[in-house]
Amino acid sequence: MFEVLSNEVICPNVHRMVIRAPRVAAARRPGQFVIVRCDEAGERIPLTIADADPAAGSLTLVIQAVGDGTRCIVGKQAGQALQDVVGPLGLATHVERWGRVVCVGGGVGTAVMFPVAKALAEAGNELTTIIGGRSAPFVILRDELAAISRELHCTTEDGSLGRKGFVTLVLGEILADPSRRPQAVYAAGPVPMMAAVAEQTRPQAVKTIVSLNPIMVDGTGMCGGCRVTVGGEIKFACVDGPEFDGHLVDFQELARRQQMYNHADCRLDRRLREHPDEEEP
Amino acid sequence: MTADALTGKQRMAIERTKMAEQDPAARAQNFNEVNLGLAEAAAIQEANRCLQCKKRPCVAGCPVQLRIPEFLEKVAAGDLAAAAEILRTDNALPATTGRVCPQETQCEAECVRGKKGQPVAIGWLERFVADWAAENTAPPAPPAERSDKRVAIVGSGPGGLTAAGELARRGHDVTVFEALHAAGGVLRYGIPEFRLPKAIVDREVANLQALGVTVECDVVVGKTITVQAIMEQFDACFIANGAGLPMFLNVPGENLSGVYSANEYLTRVNLMGAYRPDSHTPIARGPVAVVFGGGNTAMDSVRTAKRLGSQRAVLAYRRSRAEMPARLEEVHHAEQEGIELMFLVAPTEILGDDDGWVRAIRLRRMELGEPDASGRRRPVPIEGSEFELPADIAIVAIGTRANPLLTATCPDLKLNKWGNIEVDDNQMTSIPGVFAGGDIVRGGATVILAMGDGKRAAAAIDAYLKPTK
Repeated sequence: MFEVLSNEVICPNVHRMVIRAPRVAAARRPGQFVIVRCDEAGERIPLTIADADPAAGSLTLVIQAVGDGTRCIVGKQAGQALQDVVGPLGLATHVERWGRVVCVGGGVGTAVMFPVAKALAEAGNELTTIIGGRSAPFVILRDELAAISRELHCTTEDGSLGRKGFVTLVLGEILADPSRRPQAVYAAGPVPMMAAVAEQTRPQAVKTIVSLNPIMVDGTGMCGGCRVTVGGEIKFACVDGPEFDGHLVDFQELARRQQMYNHADCRLDRRLREHPDEEEP
Repeated sequence: MTADALTGKQRMAIERTKMAEQDPAARAQNFNEVNLGLAEAAAIQEANRCLQCKKRPCVAGCPVQLRIPEFLEKVAAGDLAAAAEILRTDNALPATTGRVCPQETQCEAECVRGKKGQPVAIGWLERFVADWAAENTAPPAPPAERSDKRVAIVGSGPGGLTAAGELARRGHDVTVFEALHAAGGVLRYGIPEFRLPKAIVDREVANLQALGVTVECDVVVGKTITVQAIMEQFDACFIANGAGLPMFLNVPGENLSGVYSANEYLTRVNLMGAYRPDSHTPIARGPVAVVFGGGNTAMDSVRTAKRLGSQRAVLAYRRSRAEMPARLEEVHHAEQEGIELMFLVAPTEILGDDDGWVRAIRLRRMELGEPDASGRRRPVPIEGSEFELPADIAIVAIGTRANPLLTATCPDLKLNKWGNIEVDDNQMTSIPGVFAGGDIVRGGATVILAMGDGKRAAAAIDAYLKPTK
C-alpha cells in the first residue's frame, strides 16, 4: 500500500497528489510514469510522475478524474492509501542542451510537460513555455513553470486568461520569428494538439518531441496494447516511449486506438443488434 | 485393497479412469474449470494401474523429477497424506502442474502402460492429491534450521515460485519481486480460470508464504530497483522474469481496433477479470473471433473468446494439426466446445471498416515443405490461394521476444543474440551469484520447464551459498 501524503484540487476535476513511494522516488527520472491502482478492484492507470522528492521518498502526480479508476484515486485523502504504485516506467526524457526550447502543454498534459521542462531548464536551456486550457481555471502549474521559464505564455479557448485561442497560436508566432525560433519543441497534451504542433514544426524541421498516452495495461512491454506506429514501425509506448519524434508518429491511429473502448456498449452487442438473425455459419 | 494385494495381471486389467468434465455446451458459456477432478476411489484405482517398474521412465520424463512411482504407490495404498508429502517435497506447485503440464509428452509419454494402451493418469492423480492436501493438511511451516543467507527472486511465475519454495525449505531467507500487482506470473495473467482457477494460484502462493517466503508486488526489477542494487542486499539472485514483448505478424491492419496480442487479451481477462460483470476493465467482443497461432496461448485465447460470447471462434494455424505445440487435452477440449481449427492458413492482412475496427482477415493457404530449424515441416505459401474470413476480433498468439527491461539496466549480464540470458549448466549467469531460468533463458517454453529451471537453480544457489556458511 502507498500512503497519500496530500491531495489538493488544482483545477476543476484535477488533483495534485503526493504519494509515498520511496523506491520509485529514488529511481525516477524526468519523463517517466507510474501505474496506479486505487483499490483491489481498480484498473491500472498510467500517470506521469510530475515531480519526485527522493529524500522524502515521495512522488507528485497530477490526475484528472475522468473514469472509474481515476475518480477512485483522487477520492483518496491524506492518510489513506493507494493499493498499487509501480514504476518508474518508460524511458526517461533525453535531456540535452539544445539552446532555445519551447515546451508546450495542453490541459493536464501540462503536468506531463512540467518535469521535462524542469530538466531542460536545469540542463541550461533557454525555456519558452506555452500552456493552454479551456478557460482560466483549467490552465495549471502556471507559477511553477513561470519560475523556470524565460517566457511563459497562456492561451485559453474563451480568452479568460492570456491569449484567446490554442497553444499553436503562440507557437506559430515564435516559429515565424527567426530570432525566437527554437532548436527543439517538446509537447504534451491532447492528441490533436500534439499532432498540430508536429505539423507546425515540420516545415522548418524543428526537432519535436511528444509524450504519448495510449491505452496501457501492464506498462512493462508484456501486453503490447500501447503500440503506436512511429516512422512506419510498431513501438510500445510503455517501454520504447512514452516520448517519440513527433514528426514520425501516426497521430490518427493513436487517436483512434485511444477511443477503442469509448462505446458504452460492447461491439458484440452492437453487431448483434445490427444483425439480429445472424446465425452461426 | 492394499497395493500389494494386486498381481501385475490384475493391474494390467484396470482401465484408465475418466476425468469428469463440465458439459462442453455449458462450459463454453462460463469460466469455471473444465475438469472436475477424480473421486478418491477412482484415484486409488487409477494409481493401482502403475506396475512399479524398475526403470522408472516416468521420473526421467518429469522436468522436476517427481518420484512418481513412490507417489503412485502411496495413492494406491490409500495413504494420501504420504503421497501429498512426496508432492510437497518434490514439486512446489503440484495443484498447478497437475492441471497444466503437457503430461502426454512428459511423464505419461514414458509410462510403460502407454506402450500397450493408456498410460497411468499421473497428471490427474497429481491434481487429485494436491487438492486433497489443500483440504486435509496444514500448510507447510518454515524449517527450524535457518541459514543466514538472503536470496532475491525476480518474478513470481512458475520458475520463481519453484525456486522460492526450494530455497525456503533449505532455510534461506527468500524475497520474491513481482512487477504486476498480483503474484503468479503467467499462472495469473496468462492461463485462464477454466484451466487453472486463480484460487489455486492464491493457494500455491499462500503455501510458499507459509514456508517463510516474502512476496513483494509492484517491483519492476530493472526499473524500480536494479540487479546490482539487489546484489548489494542479497547473497544470491534468481532471475525468472518470464516472457517479454509479444510478437506481431507484421501485416497491414495490425493496429486496427479489435486486434490484440494474446498477452493483452488474456491479461485483461485473467489478471484484470474483464470476464466478470463487475470488472472495470473493458474487452472487445464480437460474433467472430480469429486467433493466430497453434500453441497453448493461442488455444487459451480462442477458448476465452468463445466464452466471451463469440458464436464463431476460429484458430488459424499456419502448419497442420500434427505440428501444433498445444497440449493435446486442450485441443480436444477446444473441439468439444465448438472451436474451429483452421490449418495451413496464414494471415496476409487484417481488413478494417470505416471506424477502424476489424472487419475481416485475409488469409493465404499454406502447404508443408521441408523441416525447418524447429524440426517441424515449414509452411510454404500457395500462390493465389488468398481468401477473406469475416471477423470482429483478431488475436495474435505467435510468441514473445525477450523481455528487455531488466537486461537493459544490467549490462554485465551476457545475453544471446535474441536477448535471452545465457546460463551455465547450473543456471548461473555471467554474474557470479546471479542465476536465471524460465522463458528469459529459454525464450518461450512451458510452466514445467520453468519450474525445472527453478528447481535446478535453487539447488545450485544452495550449493553456491554453502562454502561461506
